[in-house]
Amino acid sequence: MNFVSSIVLVDIALLAMLGVVAVAIIRLKSLFAIVMLSGVYSLVSATWFVAMDAVDVAFTEAAVGAGISTALMLGAMLLTARRVKTPDKAGARRWGPFLAVFATGGLLIFASTDLPAFGDPNSPANSYVGKDYIERTPSEVGPPNIVTAVLASYRGFDTFGETVVIFAAGVAVALLIGFGERALAFSGQRSVTPEPVSPDDHHMVLRVVSKLLIPLIALYAFYVQFHGDYGPGGGFQAGVIFAVAVILNALIFGLSETMDAVPAGAARAGAAFGVLLYGGVGVVNLLNGGAFLDYDYLFETPAPGSYDPHHWGQHFGILLVELGVLATVASTMIVIFYAFAGRAPEIRDEDW
Amino acid sequence: MLIAAAVAVVVSMALMLARAIMGPTLYDRVLAVNSFGTKTVLLMGLLGFLTGRPDFLDIALLYALINFVATIAILKFFRYRSFQIPLSGRGVGGSDG
Amino acid sequence: MADIAAFFAHWAEPLRVWLGTALALAGGVLVTIGAVGVLRFPDFYTRLHAASVTDTMGATLLLLGMALLAGWSLVTFKLALIWMFLFLTSPTASHAAANAAHTAGLEPIVGRWRGDDKSEDGA
Repeated sequence: MNFVSSIVLVDIALLAMLGVVAVAIIRLKSLFAIVMLSGVYSLVSATWFVAMDAVDVAFTEAAVGAGISTALMLGAMLLTARRVKTPDKAGARRWGPFLAVFATGGLLIFASTDLPAFGDPNSPANSYVGKDYIERTPSEVGPPNIVTAVLASYRGFDTFGETVVIFAAGVAVALLIGFGERALAFSGQRSVTPEPVSPDDHHMVLRVVSKLLIPLIALYAFYVQFHGDYGPGGGFQAGVIFAVAVILNALIFGLSETMDAVPAGAARAGAAFGVLLYGGVGVVNLLNGGAFLDYDYLFETPAPGSYDPHHWGQHFGILLVELGVLATVASTMIVIFYAFAGRAPEIRDEDW
Repeated sequence: MLIAAAVAVVVSMALMLARAIMGPTLYDRVLAVNSFGTKTVLLMGLLGFLTGRPDFLDIALLYALINFVATIAILKFFRYRSFQIPLSGRGVGGSDG
Repeated sequence: MADIAAFFAHWAEPLRVWLGTALALAGGVLVTIGAVGVLRFPDFYTRLHAASVTDTMGATLLLLGMALLAGWSLVTFKLALIWMFLFLTSPTASHAAANAAHTAGLEPIVGRWRGDDKSEDGA
């Protein structure tokens, strides 16, 4: 059995597991189990992306889907319920949604028969602009990771839009749920029933290991950030990993201690600063005579016909915008986590 | 021959998934999901080796850390129902330890 | 001495590959045994024992086998890092799960296990 067919077997096994997990998520009634299984779903998706050679996507899926989403969904469960609510209408009378789902699924499957083969060099995605990017990145932009070159330089507008969207999401959550400190003040009135004090220290192992791990996770976030030019990584993944370090701190040492270490105001300011940095780089390019986010004009107006073999403008431009993305993503995740975690539990003890 | 090890890891992932779906208590599920994550880390490392792209090890390293945080989040949350209480010594009472 | 050195230099390369592959296969087998154990054991605490012990050891063997196959390179360093993180976090997560289950009141099955006619301690 040669290697290609065994990768196909691994793909089939992973997709089968995805299907099984999806069915299980639909059938289970306990929301805890569903949250955990949705983390497993994201994880299997990330492994499948790895098997299909899409490494940056797998990175983001593993960090966001399996890490942050679990913690935030648990925070959302604080404010809602623990079990799935049984629907009022009987199953046979919900034919409307069934029809819609089956029609859409059938259309998608029919359309997927027209997709090009995996890795086909003549497919439209690989022919026109894609081929240009691959051929021109070494001479125009520079970094070995073409995904980063496309993301930060060729398609810098799109990434700017994504950063602003993440910032807007953080603003929306903060407006809806409230900032951490105000919610924390409310929580003093209705706190969780304290458990009886016991003389043993149950959590020493956890505390010691977390004290080792939290700085290592933050350091790994910076490694991913700066290594994004050469390998999988970049600002988005690094921001999420940094937020995971802060969340681990909050889990082990308590929310108020974490809010002392990373104040909510600093997180809000960081989110705005990231977008400002990204937009500021674009404006500097405008002031120097180029287009918005054209990094060749970052330092000075280049003389016509000159060629910079080091691509300093591109290099520093990509560095600065990735820093902006890191600041916004990490700060927004922290803002959202503080907003959810700062709320007092709404569920009474009997309903838990 | 590493393919055989990869197949073994995939089989064990499927078995762990069965336990995660079946497990009568929440703790069985937490155990199964944590173990599933560890096996995924190993599978990603093996896949990276087999395809000749050692960049995958970054993702495996990332997931080894994220798996731990997700497990601790679920356990703490199931017990204390809040993110605000620190895991300090001498039991916890809702105030700073 | 020179011929011993020559003997090792000649056989080191295939020995490294062979040993690495054998260790990786052993790790895979151990991981599978652990998964079978988690499926078949009757109680949470026994399943925890099966999962955590075989996971950590199987991961160690697999990563050591891959490191031997990779030789001295950056890949080996990253594998060593993964091993260190797994070694730190996997037993800690098992400890946290057992601790949480025990303080929540989940009782282990004690005494002789007589098969399925003895009911499980579920919740």
